[in-house]
Amino acid sequence: MNRTIGFNLNGKAVSLTADPERMLLWVLRTDLGLTGTKFGCGEGFCGACTVVVDGQAVRSCQTPLKTVEGKKVLTIEGLEKNGRLHPLQEAFMKHDALQCGYCTSGMILTAYSLIQSKPMPAEKDILDALEDNLCRCGTHNRIVLAVQDAAAAMQGAGSHEK
Amino acid sequence: MKNNEVDEYQGETGLRRRDFLKLAGGGILVCVTLGEASLLQEGGQRRPGQGYPEDFNAYLLVRPDGRVTCFTGKIEQGQGASTSLPLIVADELDVPAASVDMVMGDTDLCPYDMGTFGSMTIRYFGPALRAAAAEARGVLLELAAERLKAPVDRLVVKDGLVTDKSNPKNKVTYAELAAGKKIEKHITPKPSPKPVSEWVVQGKPALRRDAREKVTGKALYAGDVRVPGMLYAKVLRPSAHGAKLKTLDAAEAGKIPGVTIVHDGDLVAALHELPDVARFALSKIVADYEPSESKLDDKNIFEHLVSVAPAGQTVAQGGDLKQGEALSAAVFDETYLNSYVAHSAMETHTALVKIEGDKATVWASSQAPFRLKDEIAQTLGLPPANVHVISPFVGGGFGGKSANKQAVQAARLAKIAGKPVQVAWSRADEFFWDTFRPAAVVKIKSGLDAAGKIVLWDYTVYFAGSRSAAQFYDIPHHRTVGSGEWGGGGGGAASGHPFSVGAWRAPSSNTNVFARESQIDIMAAKAKADPLEFRLKNLANDPPGLRMKRVLTAAADRFGWKPAATPSGRGLGLVCADYSGTYVATIAEVEVDKNTGEVKVKRVVCAQDLGQCINPEGTAIQMEGCITMGLGYALTEEVHFKAGEVLDLNYDTYHLPRFSWLPKIETVIVENKTMPPSGGGEPPIINMGAVLANAVFDATGARLFQLPMTKERVKAALALVHG
Repeated sequence: MNRTIGFNLNGKAVSLTADPERMLLWVLRTDLGLTGTKFGCGEGFCGACTVVVDGQAVRSCQTPLKTVEGKKVLTIEGLEKNGRLHPLQEAFMKHDALQCGYCTSGMILTAYSLIQSKPMPAEKDILDALEDNLCRCGTHNRIVLAVQDAAAAMQGAGSHEK
Repeated sequence: MKNNEVDEYQGETGLRRRDFLKLAGGGILVCVTLGEASLLQEGGQRRPGQGYPEDFNAYLLVRPDGRVTCFTGKIEQGQGASTSLPLIVADELDVPAASVDMVMGDTDLCPYDMGTFGSMTIRYFGPALRAAAAEARGVLLELAAERLKAPVDRLVVKDGLVTDKSNPKNKVTYAELAAGKKIEKHITPKPSPKPVSEWVVQGKPALRRDAREKVTGKALYAGDVRVPGMLYAKVLRPSAHGAKLKTLDAAEAGKIPGVTIVHDGDLVAALHELPDVARFALSKIVADYEPSESKLDDKNIFEHLVSVAPAGQTVAQGGDLKQGEALSAAVFDETYLNSYVAHSAMETHTALVKIEGDKATVWASSQAPFRLKDEIAQTLGLPPANVHVISPFVGGGFGGKSANKQAVQAARLAKIAGKPVQVAWSRADEFFWDTFRPAAVVKIKSGLDAAGKIVLWDYTVYFAGSRSAAQFYDIPHHRTVGSGEWGGGGGGAASGHPFSVGAWRAPSSNTNVFARESQIDIMAAKAKADPLEFRLKNLANDPPGLRMKRVLTAAADRFGWKPAATPSGRGLGLVCADYSGTYVATIAEVEVDKNTGEVKVKRVVCAQDLGQCINPEGTAIQMEGCITMGLGYALTEEVHFKAGEVLDLNYDTYHLPRFSWLPKIETVIVENKTMPPSGGGEPPIINMGAVLANAVFDATGARLFQLPMTKERVKAALALVHG
């Protein structure tokens, strides 16, 4: 049965009437028109569909819409603020940490969630956090460098503000 | 200078050059023909009469705003063509690289191109583009000479500004020259492209141009394209290749509101305006199949392939094999196997087809948009001119997206449904309908004389194809035979394969290099020689041999190679190979867990000579990508199947390389400014099987003859050695 579900998407309140059992991935991509979140495997094995819900990286292909009701959902489209890229986005660009780009949204959002919980992740932390995010083009080593770089940049910016 | 507004070409496309110029929006259009040689890219023959403009293979448009647009039938699948090609244009035209725009893979706007594969973009399209840019500069200089009333040889160009050397105030920009123009020009004689010594941006690292779109989620892939009224279709996958549909019950699925069920011959699909509802509806369809009659599985396939192999073709030979055998102090007779491997790009095959009247527009994840255009035209019974294929970003191809089956499905469904239809395969669909890298067998008989020289080489490859098969060592008596190719398949009686197979990043070569370089290592071990010294000793001192020695030495220098006979216990492997004119040497260091059979790759050094290097950054990324991707086919990737049923349908059982596998990767680009660029998208991957097999041998004394080197196979090989 359809019902109206509200949540915060990329800083803005959204509300839509839909089947609450539908997976967030398809609601984002079709109903809400945000196609930066990608379908990769449909079973939570690959991480291409990763979004951040209340700070936690989740697989949107395995996340029923009802479970994000009233929560904060962040997708790749929400990282850029007033035309300024997030340090993770900048670092991915600086290190050429992508090829086909299809896994990139999921990589960045998984790393975002990691940095939320561990502002200065060690290399091992990054490898562990991204272990279940698959990249077929083989950009892994550059992604690790980009995440380290972004974490350092955010740390610098943070201390600056203090 | 001829100033000809030519209109002579009007093939089946109906695209007149004048119309094209209109479409492209005015300015100075330069078309360049390099002749058939450049179009006859290896691996396929250009088919005549397909209705494409055949008289030019590169266009450039200098726009009235001074920007330059490059039109190419190539697509961007992550390998960086959209970054490297503008560097060529920028240097030839003397404009900033940032002022060059790319229009890629649009069949209405771009010159015919066979497809983006085989590391051929820079190698074959590069020269056409370079010539177009050189000609464009010539045209602009002639126009400037007229405008500035100064001879061409007094003009200099920088950043699109033409200046009279004798009077710096006498100047004009490309933008001013192109303003108000709608002309197509040719000049004779053709200007020569610039020598490498005059390159400005080529040869220096350039970051990706598509990165910002890709890190912000704005980059559009085929699945992201939406048009009003479109439906999402989910196609029923048979239980097995060769299985026949007996009964179908779609009653329950058809009751779901908004769902349309299509059953058209072999095509069954559920359609809905939401993709997940279409998927749910498909799951409610009950289908019963007559099982496939195939007796093949992933274990007996190798024996089968050899038994059905057609007569071989000799691709290289020299001397006399009998004499070689007589000269041999030791003879080595070995067989190498590799399994079917999936392409498994992160983006599954996707296409959207919109039909309006007698015209169709197609957005597809395809490496071959022009071939796709023909396929759609044929499917819909339309003239090719009425089909327009647009290529969004492709989320990885690796050869798998040269096949366009999903777009044909979408076209059939769009025609039946009377609405635009998107087909995006599920991951299981992708594993089922993929054109796998073929399983293959290589048999080698080789011989070594008492002095440690290779004197005999008798090589037969079954079903992998013969690219990179011909050996390049200095062997007096040799023969290389290829039997069965990598294309086709599909379970027919004439085919060796129970399903479709096709090009997989560096087709043939992964198989052939694994076999050859393993065999070389076996002989080196027997001769108690260091693997590097053994190779250097057996390579000729002719130009190819010297080029190979150079990459080997470069890799060894970077690695800090210390000579030792194998197995040394250090876990080091070394390999060299050639791929369509690119030379590549790789050294790897591994650790083998003798209890579990797990191979951990610690470090990989790769040195590559690809001639002139347009973008060292792009080259390095491709080298790293090839090395990382190659870990998969070497260690874990194998498609399991039985009686036509594909048993691996997602990443729970099919294992791609992951972050925890990551070796330290070092890449060395061996400078070679004297040779034109060859391809860089594939070569380093071809060494990965052999280099890890050789490293495992060096670590343990156990030789692996089959890829992938799974834990189980490593343990079995260890048991043979250590009992």
